[in-house]
Amino acid sequence: MSYTSTVGGTLYRFSDLKQLMAKATPQRSGDELAGIAAEGPVERLAAQMALADLPLKTFLAEELIPSDDDEVSRLIASRHDPKAFGSVASQTVGEFREWLLKPETTQAELEAITFGLTPEMVAAVSKIMRLQDLIAVAAKREVVTHFRSTVGLRGRLSTRNQPNHPTDESRGILASAIDGLLMGSGDAVIGVNPATDSLADYIRIVELLDDLRARLAVPTQTCCLGHVTTAIAAIAARAPVDLVFQSIAGSQKANEGFGITLALLAEAHDAVRSLGRGPANANLMYFETGQGAALSADAHFGVDQQTMEARAYAVAREFRPLLVNTVVGFIGPEYLFDGKQIIRAGLEDHFCGKLLGLPMGVDVCYTNHADADQDDMDTLLTLLCAANVNFVITVPGADDVMLNYQSLAHHDAVFCRETLRRPPAPEFEQWLVEVGLTDASGTLLPPPLRLIEGMASVPLLGAAHG
Amino acid sequence: MADLKADRPGEGLPDLRRMTEARILLGRFGAGLPTRAVQSFQLDHARARQAVWSEVDRAALRNELGELTVEIAEAHSMASTREEFVRRPDLGRRLSPDSISGLGKLPRGRDVVIVLGDGLSASAVTTNGAAVTRAVLERLDAASMSVSAVVLAAQARVALADPIGELLEARVAIMLIGERPGLSAADSLGAYLTYGPKSGTPDSRRNCISNIRRGGLAIDEAADSMTALVALMLKTGISGVGLQSAASNLLPEDAKLIGLSPAAIGSKTEPH
Repeated sequence: MSYTSTVGGTLYRFSDLKQLMAKATPQRSGDELAGIAAEGPVERLAAQMALADLPLKTFLAEELIPSDDDEVSRLIASRHDPKAFGSVASQTVGEFREWLLKPETTQAELEAITFGLTPEMVAAVSKIMRLQDLIAVAAKREVVTHFRSTVGLRGRLSTRNQPNHPTDESRGILASAIDGLLMGSGDAVIGVNPATDSLADYIRIVELLDDLRARLAVPTQTCCLGHVTTAIAAIAARAPVDLVFQSIAGSQKANEGFGITLALLAEAHDAVRSLGRGPANANLMYFETGQGAALSADAHFGVDQQTMEARAYAVAREFRPLLVNTVVGFIGPEYLFDGKQIIRAGLEDHFCGKLLGLPMGVDVCYTNHADADQDDMDTLLTLLCAANVNFVITVPGADDVMLNYQSLAHHDAVFCRETLRRPPAPEFEQWLVEVGLTDASGTLLPPPLRLIEGMASVPLLGAAHG
Repeated sequence: MADLKADRPGEGLPDLRRMTEARILLGRFGAGLPTRAVQSFQLDHARARQAVWSEVDRAALRNELGELTVEIAEAHSMASTREEFVRRPDLGRRLSPDSISGLGKLPRGRDVVIVLGDGLSASAVTTNGAAVTRAVLERLDAASMSVSAVVLAAQARVALADPIGELLEARVAIMLIGERPGLSAADSLGAYLTYGPKSGTPDSRRNCISNIRRGGLAIDEAADSMTALVALMLKTGISGVGLQSAASNLLPEDAKLIGLSPAAIGSKTEPH
């Protein structure tokens, strides 16, 4: 079925829903690379106007990637809840935007439609929303998850402390993790991207992180971000796995590129649950996503990268994750060219994730070949705080020495706590006060001797002392 | 200013800075980094950006290469500007029509063609390109392996070595290319070796030696490894992920060479 709109006497025709969605997407290099972007700003607006008039129901009738060929599409179709969809079922995409923005539409209404919405509907409405709209609506949608800490409460900001090391050396990881803790970072998770993917290294990393956490009684979780199959093997070996991590994407083929299927993720979810490390009903999975992942695996089927990203959230929400974050600027300038594109994509991803019920965080980041810098990251972080983002990732001095990209610094989270008044998870906030790292108002203090002694008692670090 | 002291959180701990190159224990003023730390970061970023966005001075590079035992040729990908190169990796993998006719005059059917490509760091080529090329060439000559040419390639991605190698009917293509700069090093060269290069070769069919620079993998060591890899590829008729098992079927000492990883170029474009 084709779609049309008339702008200034010129008729614009879009051959199918996929093309309409791609051409209505705000400009980004990835869709241009894929050859599916609008020719220019006027055609883009014509597409956005046609999209605004489109009934939301259209997305139930016309699949962008047929269910016959793709298990993510099958999952989306099977999870759609017509009852939950009821309150917005008669709306167009444009009317849906207006409904989302109304003050009468609160947490309760947004929560009620979570499984009535498909990723495609959410992606569609985001395409006709300004940054301010994306922030205003996302800020209304609280998604709370818990393990040892409670992440996502309104008005708070959690952090992933990311103590990566180029060769996974235990002492290097510990030194970086301690640096982060002293800056008050790590209430969402202390999570390492391993340089290797061997089972022995995975187990060594989760053991050393768990030892540090237990020794200091930090109310948080730890994670080694190895492949899900490695996590399953480590769980079988009874390693202390708090969270199972996996990168995911929005099509079956892209997920196959990551070496995963929905069944494999379900197996991992069952396995980590069997360890019983968290409280009853704890959230036990951690996913990362990012616009462009499907295109880079040639698994996008002509669908724009932002819609593919939203489809990955359908995969994520199937497994009740503790944490989900888009690694928004990591993929490079051929997908998101500059700071402007990265900032918009970060806010789109956060908005779409929240509307679909995900505990959404963002890795506010960029690579050296993108046209972006720390000023862009400051902008995105501040906007995300306004949007009530669940968590961000922080590393020492904004420089990840393993993955060779720039994320946020631990300092940036201090800025959010002290200037924007975004305290961390309540359990962690209390821990910071108890160990004397912050005062009662949440201001960071020089670390007290007792805590330093606790850190120095880690056997691997003590060995370095002599 | 002298009495302004940053909060230094590491006092009383073992010297954590010896354990990692990460920017730990920087100190702070409120949430702000000390000025020196901010500017040190900005300088590293400025160097990295310059590495990406500058162009290789070919005349200077030829000068530095000096007299070689083989001809020096030039080629260009289909990406005409730096911005197009950054936005369109697909164009950086294809040879421009001019280059195709230009390279047509070079000797064909040799063991090796060496391509020196700018990739994502012109600085890497400017700083290390000539020395690495000469070191490899000397060793290939000493091992009596024939080389068709050294091709200086502009706006080049790794896979641009495929159409060049295919055109010259080289048995092995060596692409020496500027790696995506990090904050700690903006001048690293990577070497990607492909047996039987032709357009469309998957990255899993390459072997990679990375981080070649002063302060990283030493040039002589990298050149020794490349020469050994070429010898192994000529012997086994294979490169990439299959090389290790093919090599272990020959001689156990050959297999040791392949602690060198098969190229996983694609993995950097995926979310981690």
